[in-house]
Amino acid sequence: MSIYDIIFYLFATITLVSAFFVVTIRNIVYSAFFLLFTFFGVAGIYVILGADFVAMVQLIVYVGGILILILFGVMLTNKITNVQIKSGTSQVIPAAIGVGLFAGILTAALINTPWRKIDTSPLLPTTQGLGLMLISEYGVVFELLGILLLIALIGAASLARK
Amino acid sequence: MIHIGLGHFLFISSILFSLGIFGIVTRKNAVMVLMGIELMLNASNINFIAFAKYGNFGLQGQIMALFVIVLAAAEAAIALAIVLNIYKTFSTVNVDEIDKLKD
Repeated sequence: MSIYDIIFYLFATITLVSAFFVVTIRNIVYSAFFLLFTFFGVAGIYVILGADFVAMVQLIVYVGGILILILFGVMLTNKITNVQIKSGTSQVIPAAIGVGLFAGILTAALINTPWRKIDTSPLLPTTQGLGLMLISEYGVVFELLGILLLIALIGAASLARK
Repeated sequence: MIHIGLGHFLFISSILFSLGIFGIVTRKNAVMVLMGIELMLNASNINFIAFAKYGNFGLQGQIMALFVIVLAAAEAAIALAIVLNIYKTFSTVNVDEIDKLKD
């Protein structure tokens, strides 16, 4: 077992276990903090897959932005003083059966599919290539995403201000 | 010991996707539903990057993952603004109690 395998299993365990706690723990604030560990684990998996820039963007945007937004959402929509911060659940057993079937079908499909064996290319820095693609091949999409983010910012501010 | 390959990453993403669906279906709090959606988006991102590495697609899969992250940020901002408005109107964020259109 090489060091690569050990690191992979470490990050996979962090991701899956904390994701399981996110959807099962009753306290929403604890769920949000377990979501932090899930995002860290996913960033580690990106690094293992050789996507260093995407991993850093994942850390900055998800952990630094989206998770803080979610925590603000939790704090603004619950009366913290009233210990009313639990989240109820509904129909856990049928959902568990259905989701278990779904996961089983997905896993069986990916085990039975003959994936092509490709000797993996060496891990290289991707930042320069991504930057060049974003201003040449995907330039229009890049600008459209900028406009979309501006629209989302203005829309969210005006929605929440009323 | 099996060498780490494409199947391992696809297995992680399928389990993460299923857990996201489980969170969306079972939780009553709207913020928890949002967390389930974030889990599913992360699972799809793992798929994009795994196929980009093992399928010889160059950097295009990573570009798509970046776009997904941008859309997730926009979606989280808008959805939390809507959740705040729902809380101001109904003083609850439990999605099964917000059924005013049914009456």
